[in-house]
Order: sequence, then structure tokens, then C-alpha cells
Amino acid sequence: MAAAEIDVKYVAHLARIALTPDEEKKLGAQLGGILGYIEKLKELDVTNVEPTAHAVPLVNVTRSDETRPSLAHEDALRNAPRQAGGLFIVPKIVE
Amino acid sequence: MLNQLTISELAAKLARREVSAREAMQSCLDQIARVDGKIHAFISHDAADALAQAEAADKELVQGCRTDKCLLGIPVAVKDVIAVKGQPLNCGSKILGNFVSPYDATVVEKLKAAGAIVFGRLNMDEFAMGSSTENSAFGTTKNPWDTARIPGGSSGGSAAAVAADECIASLGSDTGGSIRQPAALCGCVGLKPTYGRISRYGLVAFASSLDQIGPFTKDVRDSATLLGVLSGVDPRDSTSVPQPVPDYAAALDGNIHGLKLGLPKEYMIGGLDPEVKAAVDAAVKQYEKLGAEIVEISLPHTDYAVATYYIIATAEASANLARFDGIRYGLRVEASDPTELYSQTRGRGFGAEVKRRIILGTYVLSSGYYDAYYLRAQKVRTLIRNDFLKAFETVDAIVTPTTPTAAFKIGDKSDDPLKMYLSDIFTISCNLAGICGVSVPCGFTNRPKLPVGLQLLGKPFGEVTLLKLAHAYEQGTGWHREKPPLGPGA
Repeated sequence: MAAAEIDVKYVAHLARIALTPDEEKKLGAQLGGILGYIEKLKELDVTNVEPTAHAVPLVNVTRSDETRPSLAHEDALRNAPRQAGGLFIVPKIVE
Repeated sequence: MLNQLTISELAAKLARREVSAREAMQSCLDQIARVDGKIHAFISHDAADALAQAEAADKELVQGCRTDKCLLGIPVAVKDVIAVKGQPLNCGSKILGNFVSPYDATVVEKLKAAGAIVFGRLNMDEFAMGSSTENSAFGTTKNPWDTARIPGGSSGGSAAAVAADECIASLGSDTGGSIRQPAALCGCVGLKPTYGRISRYGLVAFASSLDQIGPFTKDVRDSATLLGVLSGVDPRDSTSVPQPVPDYAAALDGNIHGLKLGLPKEYMIGGLDPEVKAAVDAAVKQYEKLGAEIVEISLPHTDYAVATYYIIATAEASANLARFDGIRYGLRVEASDPTELYSQTRGRGFGAEVKRRIILGTYVLSSGYYDAYYLRAQKVRTLIRNDFLKAFETVDAIVTPTTPTAAFKIGDKSDDPLKMYLSDIFTISCNLAGICGVSVPCGFTNRPKLPVGLQLLGKPFGEVTLLKLAHAYEQGTGWHREKPPLGPGA
């Protein structure tokens, strides 16, 4: 795929970021340039190369399933933009 | 002046009761009052709380030497991405609003347990995305050596505060060079430990497979002291590694005879400033004099590191920063439905670079592009990591410049994101490979006089050898003792 094809409006919607028309235009050009640079990874042959997700291979880090102290209710709500009755207040989700 | 001392110098004076922790803390606060208007290393600081901590330390110091509290009464400042209970946390962003941390990060708990006075919120590029602090929503930090220039980033405030003696040491975070690059550009010691060495509980996540916390200090011994305090496995961070924590400071014996240092030929690139190259060449000669053996090595995939990084880091950031949605904390732009609320809040709250990276990260993970970008980048990451592991079969550490040039001017690269990204070319591979790295002062450019950094890269969990090498070099030079020209009443 050509790098310049990025549909900024659509991807910004996926990312839940409202952009002004000016931002859309500027980002489109900048991301085109960055993606063009990134294309150089296609020069490499990566057949039979395993992907690295983490540099230190740790697997199955588990702990026992026990109740432990956690953040107090009021501390968890203290930074909320809107709260009432011990809950976060959000816009109506289901009609 | 007490604020100019290293941890080991101040700790010795405190132990002998020559000075009080209150005097030391006051000396840092005085320096902040004197120079921070010019430098803007701090977003904010709570002087009353810092002095109260100092007075508590003095009460303990009266009772005699505490060997279990090696930082008792030492003022340490913190990057605005690490949680300190009861203090603001903004990550250099508007989107967190008036957020106050409800808990301490593990590193802050550890500093406090060791007796440190933990204070201040140090400026940074928004969400640690940047190389200059120009992306902070709270204004740009200035380089103490030349206030027309950037201090580096993203931990620019952490580096500038140590270089300007506004604190004794500080903490930063490093995802692609955000500790080593500003340390180099401001002339202090900056250490990025091995991935997994230090718990990241309470560090606001940028790219989870790359982020590490590390110290900024005035010399290598202090770096070793802080690494010893901060390291260790933490049940609250499942990526912290259960490796024993050696006595890093005790290992600094100055003897590096017979150690092998690799010089990667791929790092001698066209964009390397001649003065930076000369300083690094001189440092390599110094290592030969000290008895180290210099070997040319090859890291063949170096040229692909920046591209790999900007796929992996942005992909991870797009997921991590989804939590800033206006629901549970920070800024909220009200709207009639949740999707609109998220979009408006994030559109208003995030700065340009953060938007750019989240959108790039969302794109490389999106349906139809995942294999071409993200999966391919993860495979190239394997090749980059293998380059290093292969090199470490024959050498004990790798020596490079930390940055291609000294500090650039404010505004020079802020309109060209790709140009800015390429300024991290020497530091990025270290995070992709998950190894450790340190930047130490290795000289100055001539006109203007700006610090140059030498980068040493070590094996995974090879911090003992890394710091031994850095310390042995530092002992033979006076670069780290030079002070920026802030002048009286600056």
C-alpha cells in the first residue's frame, strides 16, 4: 500500500480524537512523510524471524487469587470530572 | 553551596551533622527561586512539603547514622510522569486537568524508604513524546548552558534541574532515549537500566515494552547509589524481573583492565557533528589508556531502528493512552453521547505530537495494516536485539556518542517530526533490545560551549560492568564537575 493513502479522518475516529480541518490536513501530510520513511522496513527479509513483543521473555507471571487492600472508594473518585452517589456520572449510553 | 553537592558529598556532611537536611533543601529551593524563571525545569514544586520532609529527616539524623537509609535528607526531584501521593501529576499535558495522585509509585516508595526528600514536578514533553520538551503543555524547558537551546527530552526538566543544581538528583523515564539524550545535552549522568530492572508501578505508561525509569545525577557514583535503591522485583509490575540487586556503588573500583569495548561502525554516520566525534574519539583513547581493549563491531540493523521504534512505540501508546477518555479523571468536554465526549475531550486535551502518535499507532494496528507494519516491526526488533546479543558475545560493553549533535536551538526541529525523531538515532536501539545504557559527560563543543555525552551500552542486567566503565572514565576527566554559566542572580 502507498504510504500517502492514510485516511486521517477515519483513523482519528477509530482513535476517538476530534480534529479540526486544519489539523487533519497538517497531520495527513506529516503522517505521509513518516509512513514513507517507515517503508524502509520492507527492504528486510523477515521470513522465519520470530516477533519480539517484550525484550525480556517472562511468561506466566501469576499471583495467588486472594483479596488484597486496594484504592479506597473515595480516593478512586477524587479526580473524577463528575460524580454522584459514589459513582462516575457519564452521558446516557442506552436509550 | 549545598545544592551543588553530589549525593555522596551531601550524605557525608549530613552524617557528620555539619549541615542539616533543612539547609540542604532550602539551598535547592533558593536556587530554584534564583534560576528557574530562566530555565523552567519545574512545572511546580511544593516548598512547604519539601521543608517538612527535610525537618523529619533532621529528626532522624540527630539519632545517628542510619545505614539502611542511604538517602536520608537528600533532595530528589521527580519527572511529571511518576506518581507521588498527594502531589499533582500532569505528564506535561492539559488532559489530566487538576489530577492529584492517590498513591505513590514504587520508585517513590523506595526513595522515601531510603530517606530521600521527594519533591517537585519536573517538566517534560507531553506523555514523554518528544526530544526537546517543546511538546510540554506547560512551556519549554531551557538548556542551562544556553537558554536559547533545548535541554533535550522527553525528561528535559529532570536533566536541566540537575545541571542547574536545583536538586541533588532526579528521576526520569526513557522509552527511546528520554533519559540519556537530555543528560548528554545538559551535561549530567543519565542511566537507563535494563528493561525489568526497576518497577514501573506508578509510572504513567507510554510504550509498555520499552519504558524504564532511571536516575539523573551529577556523577556515576550517585547513579549507582540510586540504581541500588530503585531496583528490584515488584509484585505490582509483572514485567519487573526477579534478579538479585548487587551493591552497584561498591563495585566502582576503577579497575577496567582487560574489559572489551565495542565500537559499532554503523554509528559513525554522516550527520555526526565533528566536535561530537572528536570528543567521543578522545574518550575511546582514554579507555585504551585505562587498559580496556577496543574492538570494532557491527550492528547491521542500526539503520532500521528509528522506523521500528516509531511503529512499536506509537502502537503501544495508542492503546495505553485510550484511558484518557474524560470519564474517571482529568479534563472532560461534555457531550450528549459517550463517543462524542471521548473525541471532544481527547481532541481538546492532547497536544499535536500526542495526537500524531496516537493516530499513527492506531493506523499501524488497524485492520489490513497490522501484518505490514506492526508485526513486521516486531520481527525487525528481533533482528536488532540479536545484533546486540551477538556483539555481547565478544565485548563487555558498546561505546557510542549519545546524540549526533549538541543541543539544538528551540524551534529548530519542532515543525518537522521526522527530523526530530532522527535525533534519537543512537539511543533508540537500546530500548528495542531491552539492554542498559548510560550517558556520561565527555567534553564540550567550542562555540558555543555545550556539553557532549558519551553513551555506553551494556548487557541485559549488566549494570555493574556498565557503571564500572562509566566511573573509571569519569575519574580521569573533570567534565562532570563543570557548571553551566548561570551566574549570580541569573
